[in-house]
Amino acid sequence: MAAHESTCVPKSRFGKWMDVRLPIGRLVHDQLVDFPTPRNLNYLWTFGSILSFFLMLQILTGIVLAMHYQPSAADAFDSVVRIDRDVNFGWLLRPLHAVGASMFFLAVYIHIFRGLYYGSYKAPREILWIIGVLIFVAMMAAAFLGYSLPWGQMSFWAVTVITNLFSSLDDVIPGLGTTVVQWLWGGYSVTGVTLNRFFSLHYLLPFVIVGLVGLHIWALHVVGQNNPTGVDIKTKSDAVTFYPYATSKDAVGIFGFMILFLWFVFFLPDYLGHADNYIPADPLVTPPHIVPEWYFLPYYAILRAIPSKLFGVIAIFSSLGVLLFVPWLDTSLVRSTKYRPFYKWFFWLLVLSCLALGYLGSKPADGAYVIWARVFTAYYFAHFLIVLPLMGLIERPKRVPGSITEDVLGPEGTAGAAATGKKG
Amino acid sequence: MAIDVVEPDRRDFLTLAAGTFVAVGGAISLWPFIDQMNIDAGAQSLASIEIDIAPVVVGQAITVMWRNKPVFIRHRTKEEIEKALAVDVKDLPDDIARNEGLPASALATDGNRTKPGHENWLIMVGICTHLGCIPKGQTLSDKRGDFDGWFCPCHGSHYDTAGRIRKGPAPRNLEVPIYEFITKTKIKIG
Ligand code: HEM
Ligand code: FES
Repeated sequence: MAAHESTCVPKSRFGKWMDVRLPIGRLVHDQLVDFPTPRNLNYLWTFGSILSFFLMLQILTGIVLAMHYQPSAADAFDSVVRIDRDVNFGWLLRPLHAVGASMFFLAVYIHIFRGLYYGSYKAPREILWIIGVLIFVAMMAAAFLGYSLPWGQMSFWAVTVITNLFSSLDDVIPGLGTTVVQWLWGGYSVTGVTLNRFFSLHYLLPFVIVGLVGLHIWALHVVGQNNPTGVDIKTKSDAVTFYPYATSKDAVGIFGFMILFLWFVFFLPDYLGHADNYIPADPLVTPPHIVPEWYFLPYYAILRAIPSKLFGVIAIFSSLGVLLFVPWLDTSLVRSTKYRPFYKWFFWLLVLSCLALGYLGSKPADGAYVIWARVFTAYYFAHFLIVLPLMGLIERPKRVPGSITEDVLGPEGTAGAAATGKKG
Repeated sequence: MAIDVVEPDRRDFLTLAAGTFVAVGGAISLWPFIDQMNIDAGAQSLASIEIDIAPVVVGQAITVMWRNKPVFIRHRTKEEIEKALAVDVKDLPDDIARNEGLPASALATDGNRTKPGHENWLIMVGICTHLGCIPKGQTLSDKRGDFDGWFCPCHGSHYDTAGRIRKGPAPRNLEVPIYEFITKTKIKIG
């Protein structure tokens, strides 16, 4: 599994005995202690650890919430209110899970844009990137299923609208969409039957994500981490060991992010949600303005930007699907956007488009809002399908440093570091 | 050591046949795990209801639940019927009747959206054909959209007084379920 040679020397008798039977100690030593980490990583590289932290936190809080939650149409809403009001520490556990989901997405968006900026998807990290996209999609599914569980008005109508996306398949093969949607619902409409199965799947998906994260980290440890220069580790002086250097930096990142997270948990637990979700689900009344959770707003804006039902749905799925092809759409020979003077501007234009789509997704779908949503949707796709392939061909990148050490210490420092072979 | 040419052939066949059996058997045994999610017998058996519509006066509308879906029953006024009749079917975004009781090719005329002799009653599933919200228009205070029928607030679909889509992202007219008049004031849906 490791790209570097194992330096593990078990000392104790038990350690030696285990090492020839199940070398877990060796795995931990090689992958989490002695693993070579680029010496120039910035705080954007702590988001991987932040994400792992949130995955574990969601599973832990989820399992205890499930001890009090009732997945039936009659009891779900009340059981969630009971968690808030009566269950010991329920007031804390539920916001940890609900705000945790929001923060999980904030972190994953930063993590994804980090990858896009520094070209972390480029060879040999294509598989690493693709697994990342799959994790992202699984997270979206998990969060969507989780949001249905409190069975408030927003839960109910979000489930109705999102599952109905599949009914657009009726426009491809008549009857197919209805069949799929009724299969998802287990009825002629969204009912408690739907809620029950969504709970089962909400419990399952995080463990699927754990499996995918395992593959993601495996792939990462085969090819090694990228870094802000995009230059590979070449000599010993380019790298530091994972422990204690990366682990302590990650700890700082996690604590920093926790301040933001816990501030919401303690002071604004409902701020990121929607007030209508405190009205019990009513299948006869649609709320006047349905909005998804903030982290889905850009996709919602894309859906509504397109006047045809089928093509709106195709656009949503393509906006995710296009990410899978990014490693091959980018033709640049340079990884890091730091050395790409023109592409840099387009990168920030993409960030702006996504933020703008998020804003537009929260607004009613009429007038100027729709026009702007179309403009930014067009740029979103143009970025990946036109800008990314073309820029690599026409742009002249700036000089890339010869090594990570040179970037950190300058040319003289490189000579010194190479001579002594010392670590940073 | 001569090479036996028959033996490998037979083995190839057996491997292929066994592989096929495993693949087909595997696929078939998946079916129960998929089909369990389909609508169960209990939900299917609740498939029809009877409603007394005598109390619904002209201009009024009621909503009843059928198969867990809201069904709109509107006692239309003369003006509403005339308005629906005045539209040329060719100008409609969806010119199909969407009436379960008629052939799939029937045109979306007002007559095809109602029952002969009972044109004052419009009965349809109250679920927007876009993404499934419940359109507004059942109570007097509701916004009824640009065509005085129903208006779906979710993404802005406007339906006319025959429940036909006129403007907005919804692709189809509101669906007319299978129903019949048992007496003049009693209907059976489903
Ligand atoms: C990928 C990890 C996960 C994500 C992104 C996630 C997301 C969510 C979201 C967005 C909600 C709605 C919160 C609200 O508005 O109240 C929710 C609720 C819930 N989740 Fe999760 N979840 C995850 C993992 C889990 C796990 C492993 C379980 C274990 C069973 C679980 C159990 C629950 C329960 C019981 C609820 C309903 C109670 C409530 O609404 O607070 N979740 N989840
Ligand atoms: S669900 Fe009615 S307009 Fe979208």
